[in-house]
Amino acid sequence: MNVNIRIEHALKKYGDFVAIPDLSLEIRPGEFFTLLGPSGCGKTTLLRMIAGFNSIEGGDFYFGERRINDLDPAKRNIGMVFQNYAVFPHLTVRKNVEFGLKNRKLPKEEIREKTDKFMKLMKIDEYADRLPEKLSGGQQQRVALARALAIEPDVLLMDEPLSNLDAKLRVEMREVIKEIQNRLGITTVYVTHDQEEAMAISDRIAVMSNGVIQQIGTPKALYQRPANRFVATFIGRSNVMEARIYAENGEKGLEFKGGFRQPMHNLGDVQNGQPVVVSVRPEELIIKGFGNDVRSAIKAKVVYSTFLGLNTHYMVEFEDGGRAEIIQESQIDDIISNGTVIDLGVNAEKINVFTEDGLTPLIV
Amino acid sequence: MIRKKGFNFWVIASLAILALYLLFMVYPLFKVMSQSVIDADTGGFSLRYFKQFFSQPYYSGTLINSFKVAVSVAIVSLVIGVPLAYFYNMYEVHGRKTLQLLIILSCMSAPFLGAYAWILLLGRAGVITQFIQNVFGFTIPSIYGFKGILLALSLKLYPLVFLYVSGALKNMDNSLLEASANMGCTGMKRFLKVVLPLCMPSILAAALMVFMRALADFGTPLMIGEGYMTFPVIIYNSYVGEVGTNHNFAAAISVIAIIITLFFFLMQKYLSNKYSFSISAMHHVQRKKASRLGSFFIHLFAYGMVALSLLPQVYLIYLSFRETSSAGIVFLDGYSLKSYQQVFSNMGNVIWNTIRICGSALVIIIVLAILISYLVVRRRNMINGLIDTLSMIPYIIPGAVVGISLILSFNNKYMPLVGTATIMVVCMCIRRIPYTIRSSVAILSQIPISIDEAAESLGAGRVKTLVKITIPMMLNGIFSGAIMSWVTLITELSSSILLYSFRTQTLNVAIYTMVSKGADGRACALSTILMLFTVISLLIFNKFSKDGEIMM
Repeated sequence: MNVNIRIEHALKKYGDFVAIPDLSLEIRPGEFFTLLGPSGCGKTTLLRMIAGFNSIEGGDFYFGERRINDLDPAKRNIGMVFQNYAVFPHLTVRKNVEFGLKNRKLPKEEIREKTDKFMKLMKIDEYADRLPEKLSGGQQQRVALARALAIEPDVLLMDEPLSNLDAKLRVEMREVIKEIQNRLGITTVYVTHDQEEAMAISDRIAVMSNGVIQQIGTPKALYQRPANRFVATFIGRSNVMEARIYAENGEKGLEFKGGFRQPMHNLGDVQNGQPVVVSVRPEELIIKGFGNDVRSAIKAKVVYSTFLGLNTHYMVEFEDGGRAEIIQESQIDDIISNGTVIDLGVNAEKINVFTEDGLTPLIV
Repeated sequence: MIRKKGFNFWVIASLAILALYLLFMVYPLFKVMSQSVIDADTGGFSLRYFKQFFSQPYYSGTLINSFKVAVSVAIVSLVIGVPLAYFYNMYEVHGRKTLQLLIILSCMSAPFLGAYAWILLLGRAGVITQFIQNVFGFTIPSIYGFKGILLALSLKLYPLVFLYVSGALKNMDNSLLEASANMGCTGMKRFLKVVLPLCMPSILAAALMVFMRALADFGTPLMIGEGYMTFPVIIYNSYVGEVGTNHNFAAAISVIAIIITLFFFLMQKYLSNKYSFSISAMHHVQRKKASRLGSFFIHLFAYGMVALSLLPQVYLIYLSFRETSSAGIVFLDGYSLKSYQQVFSNMGNVIWNTIRICGSALVIIIVLAILISYLVVRRRNMINGLIDTLSMIPYIIPGAVVGISLILSFNNKYMPLVGTATIMVVCMCIRRIPYTIRSSVAILSQIPISIDEAAESLGAGRVKTLVKITIPMMLNGIFSGAIMSWVTLITELSSSILLYSFRTQTLNVAIYTMVSKGADGRACALSTILMLFTVISLLIFNKFSKDGEIMM
């Protein structure tokens, strides 16, 4: 039952506007795959092309070996979960879950058995005879999920299913979704704009922007080795700093503004003096001390600090006016007071370096 | 959506509906226009009917009269309806539900009945007139002519303003009021600066609606106008022809009428576009308790208006139980059920006609409105856009004009419909369907498209989705809309008076023909029966409608 999804050279146009120019990707059988990106990046458009609710202007879509471009949505054997639940308000919970099974014209006992199974799985069996308006948002989304899963689809598609829920329920529901998906092993395509949600739930993530996939990878790969500046700043937080490459005496490294030099061992093909952008996550900036020589540290002044228990955040300002955020594990000592000039270093293993345009990674 | 199947159910539905519109509306209107410029004697092109209309003050004056009536009625209705809606929605009022029901009820009878009852009350021989004459010794001013028309129509039409503006006020967010109070704008100032502008689109829509109805109404001026002629009267006269029928002249007046209503329709569209914005309340307006004195005046105003506007109907009910002469045309002292006996023994077919003609029209209207709204909202394309536009045209065409156009078109040997029940059904469908479509479209637009998609992804086809999901979800709204349509249909006069024949006389037409001849116990009994129909329909409506929201 587990199928892979293959998309080759997908093209989507709305009139003259090209929403997705040329997109290819492959989703493995049983994988939890997430399309992540800011609003308007084309992620929902792509999902709806897979579902059959959007026309396909070019390219080929396959479920396994079957080309589905021209297949009616009703015949694609997909389960779909919508942002606004789309639970039928005039039908009871049971009738909602049964709906797809009845369309398959299965025998009565089988319908009843499967409906019970999935209502139990989603823990909504006690509401079986209620109308959806009597249920909370989280419960309605459970109904929607049970309904989508009951037809035992080849592919489960979810379009921002949690964005209408409040923060606490969102976390709870995403664990429910993850667990059910693991247990059933169903190939799942999930759309969200919430990168934390995507990281928490996905096997792999495709980060999209302007209809183009920027990077596909595991949450860990995306966070630690983003493919470009967009991914670096979209996934988690990153301070972007300007620097130059130096290559002298067989040693290569980064020279920051102000003259601080950081030797690097993982730089790829670079030239001496080449301008680059460095993406440094807040936890990769290290406070080394106070009042050292400009050559041995980056100078910055604390603007304000935020104590959050486990961590303390500092907003600092460089001499050229640029700002950066630092996250440090909270110390037992006093918090560094505003206005203090501090010396910064970077975690050379973790930071990422891109070409000046931010498009190509220079770390190998 | 993927639409690959070339010729499916929806394409056929689109084309069939388009064909119906072309046959029963576009062709008749075209016929009216062509007839208006064809000389009846020579058969050639001629503008002589237009010349005749504008050169004789007897005719052209009716245009000015109609205009004066419509504008005055609209203004008076706004002056009564807007404050009433404001008080009703902003302050605690005792007996809210009943009050609303009574307000609606007072606009749910044919205006001419109101005029008729006002004559019986305030006319030359009216009971109030005579009472004042006898007790105080002076004669109250005559209510015939413009004043009477204004009185009867305003009291009949202000509820429309009330309903429209109430709808807008219900959608107003309380925080807007709180915000303006926070910035020091309260009371009357807030009403003028915040509430009124926010309700402007609804106020304009209501004003147009009242204007159109007052303009097109012809029973009232005929009844109480006494020589104060309006143009629907002229259309009627030139068709019925006490001075000889003249279809071409009727057609010419119809064209002029359409041009005028079109002008006002476009003006209203332009104005409401300027004021258009959408608000949806997250926090509904909290009704306040008014001060003692304020509360007294609010109740006095609200219940006073209702009493005044229901007085004619109540008086007719009273009369229906009075003893009458054996012919039924003179009221005698004492009470009896004679009027009802006469009605049921002689006029049962009138009641049956009303049920069968209005009932069939209602069924057709509902089916077509569901299909059209689905096509317009969910299957937007060129043909369906055209249907959308066509379906709104009857909104601005006076009933008498619709009637004339159908008569001109189907009085031939190919489709001899004049005098049949079919033509009455067709006419009622055309006249009422814009309202039903509008409310269906509103309901359907609120159903998210993802509901349809969910059904489809679960393996339901298009038609199955419509039947099993979409229509059941719309049903509640459609049902309450249907009841309002039903009430409108059974009280329709201005086109059925032109189209009826002996076999297809409806309640309202029967009442009209009787009262136009003078006092009549049977007419009072019939109008009481009609009122009973209306009250029952309204009560059913109240039971089924979720929030008592009424789409007229």
